[in-house]
Amino acid sequence: MLALESIKTQVEQAIPGAKLEIVKNDAPSAQHSLLVNNTSGLAVAKYLRDEPSWRFDYASNVTGVDWPELELTEKIKVKKVVDGVEKEVEEVKKTVRPGYLETVYHLYSMELKHGPLIIRLRTENRTDKVHLPSLTPVWRGAEFQEREIFDLYGIVFDGHPDLRRILMWDGFKDFPMRKDYAEPDDYEYEPTPHDEVLDKAKQHYPAGA
Amino acid sequence: MQSIEPSKNFEIRPKLSDAGAVEGELLEVSMGPQHPSTHGVFRMDIVLDGEQVVKLKPVFGYLHRNHEKIGEGTTYLGSMPYTDRLDYFCSMTNNWAYALAVEKLAGLQVPERAEYLRVILAELTRLQNHASLCGFFVQDMGASGTPLMYAFREREKVLDLFEAISGARMMCNFMRFGGLRCDAPVGWLEQVQKVVDEFPAFLDEFQALLSENEILMARTQNVGVLPRDLVVNASITGPLLRAVGVNYDIRKVDKYGIYDRFHFRVPLGERGDVYDRYMMRVLEMRESVGILQQALKSVPGGPIVDPKAKLRGFRPKAGEAYGRIEGPKGELGFYLISDGSPNPYRYRVRPPSYINLTVLEDMCLGHNVADVVIILGSVDIVLGEVDR
Repeated sequence: MLALESIKTQVEQAIPGAKLEIVKNDAPSAQHSLLVNNTSGLAVAKYLRDEPSWRFDYASNVTGVDWPELELTEKIKVKKVVDGVEKEVEEVKKTVRPGYLETVYHLYSMELKHGPLIIRLRTENRTDKVHLPSLTPVWRGAEFQEREIFDLYGIVFDGHPDLRRILMWDGFKDFPMRKDYAEPDDYEYEPTPHDEVLDKAKQHYPAGA
Repeated sequence: MQSIEPSKNFEIRPKLSDAGAVEGELLEVSMGPQHPSTHGVFRMDIVLDGEQVVKLKPVFGYLHRNHEKIGEGTTYLGSMPYTDRLDYFCSMTNNWAYALAVEKLAGLQVPERAEYLRVILAELTRLQNHASLCGFFVQDMGASGTPLMYAFREREKVLDLFEAISGARMMCNFMRFGGLRCDAPVGWLEQVQKVVDEFPAFLDEFQALLSENEILMARTQNVGVLPRDLVVNASITGPLLRAVGVNYDIRKVDKYGIYDRFHFRVPLGERGDVYDRYMMRVLEMRESVGILQQALKSVPGGPIVDPKAKLRGFRPKAGEAYGRIEGPKGELGFYLISDGSPNPYRYRVRPPSYINLTVLEDMCLGHNVADVVIILGSVDIVLGEVDR
């Protein structure tokens, strides 16, 4: 396992403006990861690739993950005056974690044969601010994988040389891997007797299709 | 279904000089998706200047069924038979990669006997995948029939072994988290020994037929050469990577399973052309035979599955894990995120042949159309895995 702490401090010293955060992983695999701020994503990637002591020259796996808005409930004990007597009462505290989309890069070094270093980039939300820097200029191996994430999650990679849909067809509108994706009941273009089915299908196929 | 332009198979467009003057004609060809050399439904948009490729874009997704989404909708074990359908030539290694990722996620230990059987099954898979790839590849070059049938004769022997142990030739669904589904039947290891003992004779015959064949050498040497820097940068793995001389074999690097107990060499190429990729496969088959001979000598008795592994109600703790193995086509990895429920929150496959296609254009530029066929053949793609 790589020393994430030292990578974090090295990167933060070398790149002004880089903010890294260690994301703990409680599974027995203990593969912890580094969350990188969007604006310095490309610079951090270049540094990790070229720094002689790390040399992460091989971006093995690029994954998109969807984290929709989540309501977290937490039970807390509060002291309250009930009927003139002070009592300890349990209250449910609700917090909302805003939704975001995430890309996860698994990096290895072919030269020094170590890894994986896992870095994550997160979008600001799931609707309009879905831009992330493309790391394809640093690792060409991310090209098709980032295209796939664009296709299935709708993350827009700035600086990607050829950002098109790759697995779905070009006219497709939605992002199927998102957690809130609603499947059309009927993929057939042929008219069916059910109006709702037709309406739903229309959302997926543009007029005149 | 869609109002995309009806696919035109041929289109002539003007070839312009830098100044914009018409210099000649370029032909845009849509090769595939039903072309026999594409090994499935795979298409290439090729722009040709005469016979030479000036641009090539791979187009795929015809078999896309969103395997990863289906994986999120079923239990961990429910995805196991579905991994068989990724790279349907190598279901055993697909099973292993997935099982390895889940074992990392849940912290399961694999018993000794299961580890040995896994190695045996994975190396048998490598033998049959490489043998049939070499057969297909020579078939693409025009050696119609004979080498492919010789290779398939050997493949069938291996598939008989798979059928004996798992009940299915190709869709084996044999590995489980923390071990295997069942033990090998009586006499199975002796059958394996017989197949492995006979395999070098096939390799000798195959090499005598092909490796120094003048036509094969003329067609493949210095064709589809990849520079070393690009290969590493583009995450190319497997025989394509080692054909340019990069010593990176996950069996050696990660030593997953019990691969540190066996002596084997990692064949390395020099030029990174199509011929080197062919030779990588032949040499890797020889090394696999060596691993099998060592493994078969020392298979211990004992249980074949971790007693802690639960078949029903399997809920790993929240967390994530990435497990990877050296599949016959390259690095096959599974990345799982668990939220503590019976289904994975995220189930990601790192498909080697999909990523190896990234550099298809770089390999083909400047070559003839006929070379595109063998370059694609040397990448070794299976569309079940590319499209997922």
